Amino acid sequence: MWKWLHPYAKPERAYQLCNTLLPWFALPAVVCLVVGTMWGLAYAPQDYQQGDSFRIIYIHVPSAMLSMSTYVAMAIAALVGMVWQWRTAYMAMIAMAPVGAVMTFIALLTGAAWGKPMWGAWWVWDARLTSELILLFLYFGVIALYSAFEDKQQAGKAAGVMALVGVVNIPIIHYSVEWWNTLHQGSTITKFDKPSIATEMLWPLLLNIFGFALFIALVTTMRLKNEIIRREMHRPWVQMLVKQKETNDAV
Amino acid sequence: MGGVFKRDLALAFRQKAELVQPLMFLVMVVTLFPLGVGPGPVTLQLIGPGVIWIAAILSSLMGMERLFRDDFADGSLEQLQLSGLPLYAVAAMKVLCHWLVTFIPLLILSPLLAMFLNLTVDMYIALVITLLLGTPLLSLVGAIAVGLTVGLQRGGVLLALLLIPVFIPLLIFATSAVDAAALQLPYRAQIAIIGAMLLIAMALAPAAIAYSLKVSQN
Repeated sequence: MWKWLHPYAKPERAYQLCNTLLPWFALPAVVCLVVGTMWGLAYAPQDYQQGDSFRIIYIHVPSAMLSMSTYVAMAIAALVGMVWQWRTAYMAMIAMAPVGAVMTFIALLTGAAWGKPMWGAWWVWDARLTSELILLFLYFGVIALYSAFEDKQQAGKAAGVMALVGVVNIPIIHYSVEWWNTLHQGSTITKFDKPSIATEMLWPLLLNIFGFALFIALVTTMRLKNEIIRREMHRPWVQMLVKQKETNDAV
Repeated sequence: MGGVFKRDLALAFRQKAELVQPLMFLVMVVTLFPLGVGPGPVTLQLIGPGVIWIAAILSSLMGMERLFRDDFADGSLEQLQLSGLPLYAVAAMKVLCHWLVTFIPLLILSPLLAMFLNLTVDMYIALVITLLLGTPLLSLVGAIAVGLTVGLQRGGVLLALLLIPVFIPLLIFATSAVDAAALQLPYRAQIAIIGAMLLIAMALAPAAIAYSLKVSQN
């Protein structure tokens, strides 16, 4: 397996891999997102308690789930970079960071929009909300550290260390806020009794989760491609690529 | 190894201003709260543990840079790396020294702060225990971020940005321990968790600090 994986440590091969994968991510992402969102927003049955406002679940839950998975993926990329000294792993890590941050932000925003009609407040210091907010801060930290360095190779390593510190911290944060919350206020206000979801509601949700995951993969690959090109600008293979593109455009 | 420790301690005591300034900052931040939220003893008791912990975190962020900055600037950090001593041990020594000169004075000052904020004796005991266990954690985890930012021109604000989210669990457990003590409830669970976090950090942080210093030296 390692023999098969190792060539992709080379930026050129990684770039080619991105190109091959891109259409496989793009088309299913569009299909899943369009079908899932339309189905969820227009055709899925109303919730018997929450009426139509529950429909934001189709954006909220996928973005919240994937904001966390993206962080874990980022940390794994950082670890791979550290252990096997792959430059492309750091590039992948930093390609993921802003995407994950945006997902976290979407989750917080849609959560606030959902919380207003349901709980009567845009924001409560509930365990989930707080840990999601801290996740956003962790993303900001990684991005800020990366952009502070001139030398991007060094920047990748430094941001990788911080991403790993953050990933160790995430379970601790999760449990600490859960504790803190139950110690400070009764669970009646924020307890969200989720009825086990009906199948007609579940399918579009699953489709959207899948679609979001593919969409993140798509944006990450595109950003990774850009990152590779930017770093390898002076390498012969990039200049060949540019020349090819020019001649193609001319024809 | 002992030499590194002695040298750091001697250096710290020759730059007294750098030792005293974060402490003055701490006392002033604590002073701001009664003025800001009103001097009612009940309110102060309610917010007291949180205020002391937040002030401790903020003041530690101010002095944190000192950990590696000077040694990095004059090249002695590079010499230490080349000396053949294991870097993680050097890092651990430096962190120990930093903790001694930064947080022991804070612990000595803590009765004064507790009195300012009208804490009861039970609360004060819990506060001291959390400070004893929690502040080494601040030094250990903080040193990782300092190691990463030491080569940067303006690392100060970035350091705070990196560390504050990481310190949140500690703040939560520490203040909840003191709050439990205020209600005469047992608070061993919170102390145990802070202790567990400290042990994990003691095991992993020196290696992480050593790695981050290597990254900074490039």
